[in-house]
Amino acid sequence: MIDLTVIWAGIIGFAIIAYVVMDGFDLGIGILFPFFKVGKDRDTAMNSIAPVWDGNETWLVMGVGGLLAAFPLAYAIILPALYAPMIAMLLGLIFRGVAFEFRWRDPAHQAFWDKAFTTGSIIATFAQGVALGALLQGISVTGRAYSGGWWEWLSPFSLITGVGLLVGYALLGACWLNWKTEGGLQRQAVTYAGRLGIALLVMITIISLGTLTLEAKYYERWLSFPSIIATAQVPLASIIVTFLFYRSLSQKKDAQPFMWALALFGLCLVGLGVSIWPDIIPARVTIWEAAAPHRSQVFMLVGAAIMIPIILAYTAWSYWVFRGKVGAEGYH
Amino acid sequence: MLDQEWAIILARIQFAFTVSFHFIFPAFSIGLASFLAVLEGLWLKTGEGVYANLYRYWLKIFAVVFAMGVVSGIVMSYQFGTNWSVFSDKAGPVIGPLMAYEVLTAFFLEAGFLGVMLFGINKVGRKLHFVATLAVALGTFVSAFWILSVNSWMQTPVGYEMGANGQFLPGDSWLTIIFNPSFPFRLVHTVLAAYLTTAFAVGAVGAFHLLNDHRNPGARKMFSMAMWMAAIVAPLQVVAGDFHGINTLEHQPAKVMAMEGHYDSHPDGAPLILFGIPNSKEKRVDYAIQIPKASSLILKHDLNEPLAGLDTIPDQDEPPVPIVFWSFRIMVGLGIGMVGIGLWSLIARARKKLYDWPWLHRAALAMGPSGFIAVLAGWVTTEVGRQPFTIYGVLRTSQSASPLDAPAVAVSLLAFVVVYFAVFGMGIWYITRLMKKPPEAHEKPLDDAPIRSSGITPVMAVLEGSSS
Ligand code: HDD
Ligand code: HEM
Ligand code: HEM
Repeated sequence: MIDLTVIWAGIIGFAIIAYVVMDGFDLGIGILFPFFKVGKDRDTAMNSIAPVWDGNETWLVMGVGGLLAAFPLAYAIILPALYAPMIAMLLGLIFRGVAFEFRWRDPAHQAFWDKAFTTGSIIATFAQGVALGALLQGISVTGRAYSGGWWEWLSPFSLITGVGLLVGYALLGACWLNWKTEGGLQRQAVTYAGRLGIALLVMITIISLGTLTLEAKYYERWLSFPSIIATAQVPLASIIVTFLFYRSLSQKKDAQPFMWALALFGLCLVGLGVSIWPDIIPARVTIWEAAAPHRSQVFMLVGAAIMIPIILAYTAWSYWVFRGKVGAEGYH
Repeated sequence: MLDQEWAIILARIQFAFTVSFHFIFPAFSIGLASFLAVLEGLWLKTGEGVYANLYRYWLKIFAVVFAMGVVSGIVMSYQFGTNWSVFSDKAGPVIGPLMAYEVLTAFFLEAGFLGVMLFGINKVGRKLHFVATLAVALGTFVSAFWILSVNSWMQTPVGYEMGANGQFLPGDSWLTIIFNPSFPFRLVHTVLAAYLTTAFAVGAVGAFHLLNDHRNPGARKMFSMAMWMAAIVAPLQVVAGDFHGINTLEHQPAKVMAMEGHYDSHPDGAPLILFGIPNSKEKRVDYAIQIPKASSLILKHDLNEPLAGLDTIPDQDEPPVPIVFWSFRIMVGLGIGMVGIGLWSLIARARKKLYDWPWLHRAALAMGPSGFIAVLAGWVTTEVGRQPFTIYGVLRTSQSASPLDAPAVAVSLLAFVVVYFAVFGMGIWYITRLMKKPPEAHEKPLDDAPIRSSGITPVMAVLEGSSS
């Protein structure tokens, strides 16, 4: 018999991956924004994401909405536990979201909205990273509720994961610009991508080692025999992907470095899954304990099975419409 | 515990604040999206340049409104968890799937086609572009459908069973849950409200420009279209509101008692209190101006039908009367004002003075914000009127909140207030600035638009080329 709870965990996992894949690079462009020349370069960078950012961000709503629907208990525990980072993320998203429109509407304050775009992107990304770290390090749960204070999320580890995500999204942003732009901006993006790639590897290493020390369970998962034979594939694959990333970068490929950077992110998420499976709140609540009743799962699965392929199809279509480079003369 | 009580009050204020701000934008974008679809459809059909011009004109405004709707909406999907986690845990199995359907069927649709709608016309051609506009308009409606179903279920919960762990579990029919008793009424009333809100905003912009130049063809066209909406939809809205009220009387009598200011029962025909000052301490309405028996006539369609009052409701189950009483009167008053403008416009049309009757234009200009105010007042009536419950009659507000410390909620509330007023204040100012420019014969691609410099050719540019 197929276990719907596992399927739903897979769907939520998919939404998170989709979110990181799609919104990561546009947040990254916000992070890198101040480094681009005022004027044409910034406009081009912004416009390479203007038609798609809203759809990208919807995966965030899907993730959290799906969590409420499929794992209401997890939603009810995680959000109060991550109260401060979540509110910070939302406020950050507000600033960067409106900046897409406002910077064109008010040329006199364009510099201000550019700053808002960057600050908002940095805050939102950092908060997401902190939230991830806080979840991994464990949150206090009593009964069906969060029982820690309002600062429990704050720790050196969660701050490091915050920085790690900043580096990661910035890398995705740089790779996206390498793909979608030309000339000076593209060269700048390539340089950044090269450096950020190294920085990300350092961060991944620190965070991975840090994770092992957090819970005995993580340690065992990764390092005890024989599971290490399986788990070792993740770091090995990461090394290969990193190699391919740098090779494609030096071969001046357009799209490939972005794809390899995404693959690296994908491996991190797989690693995350290895650590916490089958918990939804690491080391506290399993997916089965948090799951919505069977009827809710079935009802939603019908919708998800029909709608997600359709959504992916028209999302792909809209990326296709805006394919090619955004140059001074437009997408060609 | 005192701290806990404060935390709940602050959480309620925060929720009310964020959702009120959010709803201002969808109320406008639901209506505007349909208006844009109509404009583009008319343009495709007739080829008249004025429609293309208006499309370009309102599209710029729509883009700003929509962006604010999205970012304030994302906040809402987290508010349930951050502020009402116990509620989310308990009600999640029932309302969660409905909200998930909203994401799957509405949010993605809007967001996915928005990019093409704003930037894609010369990439996909006119027909496909029209499809994108329609998709966005449909998405806004579907979004309202699901979220109102959720809200209505909280008002009139049916079709559930109580689980052993305290959760509300769905019964065997989702249709019972989705089409709960108050949903059809709320859906119709709210969608009409969004259309009216847009009609009066568009009408005010048209009126403003007619006052300056009554020959401007764009201003004439939009004013005329808006006034048709006012004349037709405003009366419909009054009827829909009446039905909605009767439905509420059946399912949430205490709310109607508070709206009407009926502290006492009236065994043989209740008066309609037009104005007065509800005095909850003494449980009476001071200085009431009232029409005898009219309330029974409206609610029961019979002068002498008895109507129960709040004296039949235990004190701890009563909503706060003054807020509900006043917000209801604001909404109804504005509704009647809207009907008035609609009638006036019909008279103006009959006398062929629609475009040169400055007093009509001034009145329409003054009524520009009326839809937004009425919508907010209506929601305040609805939401405050269901207190002290989040799930009516079953789950109390005081048992729904997150286990948060009051200072945490206070700080975040302050942050929301500051950011919302600053950011959305700027946005609203940009919108009014766009509205102040008259629609031109060749409505330009904005010189400050993304587009020129970067080359994602805007809709405007292409419409420009083909609209002569
Ligand atoms: C343009 C906006 C607008 C206008 C002109 C009116 N309404 Fe309204 N009303 C709303 C916008 C609205 C709303 C914002 O859409 C509400 C809030 C929740 C809902 O279902 O609709 C609402 C709620 C609402 C309720 C509360 C129902 C409940 O909570 O159960 C009643 C009884 C009415 N309305 C009745 C009326 C009447 C009799 C009107 C006629 C004059 C009227 N409304 C005009
Ligand atoms: C349809 C979606 C909506 C849902 C699901 C919803 C749900 C809720 C919830 C959970 C609360 C907090 C608990 C409570 O105090 O009862 C609340 C309160 C409130 N909501 Fe809504 N709401 C919705 C729409 C709106 C809108 C559009 C407004 C706009 C004005 C609004 C105004 C309020 C107010 C004023 C309160 C505070 C009532 C009080 O605490 O006294 N709501 N709503
Ligand atoms: C508490 C309740 C609410 C929640 C959780 C909520 C959530 C959201 C979210 C997450 C978005 C952004 C979607 C995107 O990414 O594109 C959004 C936008 C929208 N919402 Fe709400 N919403 C609420 C209340 C309402 C109400 C009461 C209505 C209408 C009756 C409404 C109608 C819309 C519409 C039409 C949009 C898209 C258009 C726009 O953004 O202006 N919402 N909402």
